[in-house]
Amino acid sequence: MDDSLLQKREGTVDNDNELTTWVEYWLDEELVHRSAHVTMKKMPVFGGGETASIG
Amino acid sequence: MCTSFMSELMLGQHQLGASTIVSRGSLTTPTTDTLKAALYLASATMNASTTAYTATGEVSGTGYTAGGVTVTNATAPTSTNTSATAGVAFFTPSASITYTTVTLSTAFDTVLLYNSTQSNKAISVHTFGSQTITAGTFTLTMPANTTAAALIRLATT
Repeated sequence: MDDSLLQKREGTVDNDNELTTWVEYWLDEELVHRSAHVTMKKMPVFGGGETASIG
Repeated sequence: MCTSFMSELMLGQHQLGASTIVSRGSLTTPTTDTLKAALYLASATMNASTTAYTATGEVSGTGYTAGGVTVTNATAPTSTNTSATAGVAFFTPSASITYTTVTLSTAFDTVLLYNSTQSNKAISVHTFGSQTITAGTFTLTMPANTTAAALIRLATT
């Protein structure tokens, strides 16, 4: 396949919870590749990962 | 309460009351539990009430094995005092969690960390912005293993 036919799209989400980057490759308006990388910054707002307080 | 007690709980060094822990072959030759990480659809209900791994609501697709991937678990929990009366114990997996060459076409936004050695008991649920993956890799990089940012924290107040 001729790589020059691929259109690359990238994006980033940066907020208090995560820094996420993603990359997509499109061929003739068809998504042929999508990868994502999430860097977790802090506890979620719920869940067992939340800080538990023990008095 | 002594702060070190909390990290010792994470290490399974204390068992108060009747014995409930299984698969402990020897008290003199400790074994490390295997932790795993499974991904869940945005439509799934996973929260603090989750008690164990479930296939219900789990992602499926090319390259993904039900139950998820093994989490690198090389760093022991630790604890520190934050004042004369308070402290925090914390733990973070020692490497990123990576799902390599997968296609997950239905949006997912949750990862469940669980103990596959101990009857798949749930440890924690973490959410992130909804994602799909197409013939690619999904990577979860861990936060800093500090009192303020570690993935799992137990704190006295």
